Amino acid sequence: MTDAGNNGWAEHSIHEHLSHIPHARALGVELMDYRDGYCVVRLPYAEKLVGDPDTGVIHGGVITAVLDNASGMAVPREGLSPEQRAIATLDLRIDYMRPAEPHFDLIVTADCYQITRSVAFVRARATQGDSETLIASSVATFMLGANRAAPPGFSNTGASK
Amino acid sequence: MKLLRELRAEGKGQDMAALLERIPYARFLGIEVDRKGNELTMVLPFQDHLIGNVALPALHGGTIGAFLEFTAAIQLLFDTESERLPKTVDISIDYLRSGRPVATYGRAIITKHGRRVANVRAEAWQEDRSRLIATAHGHFLLTPVGE
Repeated sequence: MTDAGNNGWAEHSIHEHLSHIPHARALGVELMDYRDGYCVVRLPYAEKLVGDPDTGVIHGGVITAVLDNASGMAVPREGLSPEQRAIATLDLRIDYMRPAEPHFDLIVTADCYQITRSVAFVRARATQGDSETLIASSVATFMLGANRAAPPGFSNTGASK
Repeated sequence: MKLLRELRAEGKGQDMAALLERIPYARFLGIEVDRKGNELTMVLPFQDHLIGNVALPALHGGTIGAFLEFTAAIQLLFDTESERLPKTVDISIDYLRSGRPVATYGRAIITKHGRRVANVRAEAWQEDRSRLIATAHGHFLLTPVGE
């Protein structure tokens, strides 16, 4: 229940959103495409992300972090009350199909395929380059209207787009 | 796999701190291991770059997920001789509480250890062991020594 909680989101546009998430910035995640309920992010290959020094393959945890981040950003905001826009990850399940090829960018596409009054369901897939070959796929659920105890000044009022 | 073979050759087959030291992503997250006899506790000291939500503040869900994945994989390597690092087939993470900006601890239990696949459960907590912040279970592909 820790990622794209949108306390603070109201302060800036979605395109600046990633730069306000320290861990996304540390990983090097970039936003490539966005519309309400859908987003595409890119993670350039970096040595610090390697999980297996013998092969240069990035760690599964890196993919976990990017899938989690992209999934949270894909939770729709239009039509939601300011209170509902504060989200918390309930769970995230990831299937790893094959190791990511070293030295290639990772592309993660996330879309919210169902939303109820209190829960958003998001699926995401990780590929590389322009290949359609799946590296990993995930499903996540997010609680809407979480983090109500946000400090003043981050009151989730009005998205500035 | 060179890495594990080298560690074994140096008599560090069960030295998980030495292993983590050689994995760039483990260093990036700052993961440490606390060994007491045959019990391992993984430690994720707090660092600013692990934050996902500056307003709360809270750890990034991805850092908690990655930490649990490491916790499970390291426990597997500690318990069994392996030719390669375990490959994650799937992992399912339940987020129970937001991660505060303090150290996080993790432990894993191998629920079922088959020849090629292991099922592992892991849990993470912070100041209070009885208040877990996240749990995970996953399957890992193994490569027994000699294969």
